[in-house]
Amino acid sequence: MPAEPVTTGALPVPDVQAQPAREARGGRLPYFSLGIVALFVLVAILAPLLSPADPADQSLRNRFRPPVWMEGGTAKHLLGTDRLGRDMLSRIIWGSRVSLAAGVITVLIATAFGASVGLVAGYYGGRVDAVLMRVTDATMSFPVILLALILAVTVGPSFTNVVVAIAVILWARFARVIRGQVLTLMGLDFIAQARIAGAGAWRIITRHLFPNTLNTLVVLLTLQIGYVIIVEASLSFLGAGIPPPTPAWGSMIAEGREFVTSAWWVSGLPGLAILLVVLAFNLLGDWLRDTLDPKLRQL
Amino acid sequence: MAVPVIDVQDLRTHLVTRWGTVKAVDGVSFSVAEGETLGLVGESGSGKSMTCLSLIRLTPRPASRMVSGSIRLDGDELTRKSEAEMQKIRGRKIAMILQDPMSSLNPVYSVGMQVREPVSLYHGLRGRSLSARAAALLAAVRIPAPETRLRAFPFQMSGGMRQRVVGAMAIAAPPRLLIADEPTTSLDLTIQAQYLGLLEELQHQHRLAMIFITHNLGIVSKICDRVAVMYAGRIVEMGPVRQIFKTPTHPYTRALLESIPRLGARRDRLTAIEGQPPDLARLPGGCAFAPRCPQAMDRCRAEAPPAFSVAPGQTSACWLHAPA
Amino acid sequence: MSATAATAPLLEAAGLTKHFTVRRGALGWSTGLVRAVDSVSFQIGARTTLGLVGESGCGKTTTSKLVLGLEQPTAGAIRFEGVEVGGLDRSGRRHYRKSVQAVFQDPYASLDPRMRVGSIIAEPLVINERAGADARRRRVLELLDLVGLPERAAELFPHEFSGGQRQRIAIARALALSPRLVVLDEPVSALDVSIRAQILNLLRDLQRRLGVAYLFIAHDLAAVAHMSHTIAVMYLGQIVEWGDADAVALRPKHPYTQALFAAALPIDVDAAPEAPALTGEVPSPLAPPGGCRFHPRCPHAIRRCATEPPAPREADGRLVACHLYE
Repeated sequence: MPAEPVTTGALPVPDVQAQPAREARGGRLPYFSLGIVALFVLVAILAPLLSPADPADQSLRNRFRPPVWMEGGTAKHLLGTDRLGRDMLSRIIWGSRVSLAAGVITVLIATAFGASVGLVAGYYGGRVDAVLMRVTDATMSFPVILLALILAVTVGPSFTNVVVAIAVILWARFARVIRGQVLTLMGLDFIAQARIAGAGAWRIITRHLFPNTLNTLVVLLTLQIGYVIIVEASLSFLGAGIPPPTPAWGSMIAEGREFVTSAWWVSGLPGLAILLVVLAFNLLGDWLRDTLDPKLRQL
Repeated sequence: MAVPVIDVQDLRTHLVTRWGTVKAVDGVSFSVAEGETLGLVGESGSGKSMTCLSLIRLTPRPASRMVSGSIRLDGDELTRKSEAEMQKIRGRKIAMILQDPMSSLNPVYSVGMQVREPVSLYHGLRGRSLSARAAALLAAVRIPAPETRLRAFPFQMSGGMRQRVVGAMAIAAPPRLLIADEPTTSLDLTIQAQYLGLLEELQHQHRLAMIFITHNLGIVSKICDRVAVMYAGRIVEMGPVRQIFKTPTHPYTRALLESIPRLGARRDRLTAIEGQPPDLARLPGGCAFAPRCPQAMDRCRAEAPPAFSVAPGQTSACWLHAPA
Repeated sequence: MSATAATAPLLEAAGLTKHFTVRRGALGWSTGLVRAVDSVSFQIGARTTLGLVGESGCGKTTTSKLVLGLEQPTAGAIRFEGVEVGGLDRSGRRHYRKSVQAVFQDPYASLDPRMRVGSIIAEPLVINERAGADARRRRVLELLDLVGLPERAAELFPHEFSGGQRQRIAIARALALSPRLVVLDEPVSALDVSIRAQILNLLRDLQRRLGVAYLFIAHDLAAVAHMSHTIAVMYLGQIVEWGDADAVALRPKHPYTQALFAAALPIDVDAAPEAPALTGEVPSPLAPPGGCRFHPRCPHAIRRCATEPPAPREADGRLVACHLYE
């Protein structure tokens, strides 16, 4: 993802000619994606209140009940039941907790660490930058899934393992992007001015560089949440993610794998949930990137 | 009197922005004859670049709109032409040199490829004759060892050289009108002097009509025959360079000339123009310069003045010069 | 105004040199030396302005960085208030920092877009002085007034100001610590022509009121001549002529200075046509010509010029580095 400079740098007076082309995007709220994200967050937080049934409640008599709009469906299980008779709607609601927590926590950790590395590498340059970037490159090339599988096999699958496995590799992407932006910022005069005023490294990094990378960070952060949700779902699907009985969308898909032709809703509905949520985050991230374009506005 | 190469009457180009409609070009009229150079002087936002982009219909889309006006090239009305016809005119009849030599040339193609392109397009040459003509063009812009330079890439050349290559491409046709938009602003002073001399020579050789856009009055006095001073999308004063510089009549022109430091005429204070350049989305009614004009009258704020003749060949758009 | 002040100069550069090594290859072999600044000597008197002119590659930007302490010299020395800057201890360096400030060319890149104007101007105070918030606030308002901006500007962000106003903010910041010397690196080049006069007038007024000295770097020769008491002309890392501003501008001695000021294009339509333009490109500082660095382009070059670099000699009250004046 290309780094975006905050200031316009070399352009003199705001050029009337350049402005009109940016008319189209931004300015209007992205109702669809914001709505889905807000709904998702609410559902995750209020899961105990919203869930119609206990997600672990099994009822072998009620196995494979279809959703309410199909023949054989019942209002008691709006989205049907899975192979153990557990209510699908409740499981999906509770599963959102896992996805949201995994997404947000992992991304926050990766951001904090990755941005710090990027800031330091960009500011100092030279050998510090070279070393940090080699480490970053090596990290980026390690497959997340493999690491999670190794952890699952050695230490046992758990929520913590998922977060650790992803965060430990995800930070590198942040480091790369932030470093790129810092390099651009370092060429701007106000950094030289801070030096001339006597500012030291700490002040320049925290007071001048970091706030000017916030826009990029926010956009990247939002876009990565979708990515993490998919990875977590994949890991759960493979059995290396969140272990049962905690409902996770990925493992729900795995459980319904064999019944795709007969009881499609067991895999299909959690899959749809993932699709909607990830799409919403990606659209939101795109909108943020356009809106936060430095030529138009500041955060 | 011969038909001028380019004759513009009451040109108006508006830009629709989220801040309102900007009248980037607001009723501009001028003409340039063969072998003549018209200087278009103004600050940022004055409309000088937009005017010239309007001539070749390359104003930014979709926001810009040529609202009205007539543009005649050798008597041929351009505003009625289709886009396909305009494409034949761009480069062939009207050429334009832009300010930044770094981005005017494509960095991944050699100089030769870029110079050959217009030549093959306009003259249909191929192979050896194409290369020969391209080398001749480079020689015409005084690039040493032109045959070897054909293989060079833009990054291997200095800014001044690159502007020469751009110049070579511009005269490939050769065109009837050459528009130069601040071509020397990013060049060193001594290189600038060389380049200006080159432009004069090319103009003489090909009998080009030239429009030279700049904010540097020194350049205007050196190579322009006539000058049009623009402010907020309108021409406020126009006439022969000598006359305008010796006896400027419009308050803006006078203030501008007085605010520029001059070698050899050390003054204690420069006469600064009060205020800020106008916000084109929120122009006051009446004369656009009135808020900053030391001689503004009530009439100026109410009504925008048309151009009045103040001397043979010199006009000034100011109520001070309205016939009594 | 005479170039040689009777009192000791505020800042003096003696044999100032800065070479950059160019490194290529995986292991960073040194493949060349950029002689950005080569044994440059000049003086800036208190309350005066030294104008520094030259084209790209001449070393004026590097010189300004050396004066500001953003780069360390390879050789030579800078003496400030009589004391050599290189040998200063911690508190001495801090004093130098506070005494020498800068205003740069690009009004859109020199102010942190995320800080309010008041904080931007106060930053040097925050870093260097122990005064409380109230004292700082008062000083910020004082500085805003000094540069002609209203009080409420302190609460606004840079993007709410025009280019000229932003330069005023930059000037206010530069004056926050009451420096004795301000380096002005193309302070008006990025501004509209009608605004330049405002800023140049402001700078001159401030010099008179506050007694600050300027190192004025610009490519607008008329502006430099207007603002400066003395002018130094640089070419490929060396000073080729240095003297009283009017003298250098109107009666240049060095052939390069003559070509440079001729290329400056006076507005006066009655001015005599100037000398023909210089031929050739500005050579790269990686491989400057031997002998006098200007000799390949010089219309008056003699045999000696190709082999022997000319030393600066006094001629009519100024220094010229040219064999024609020996």
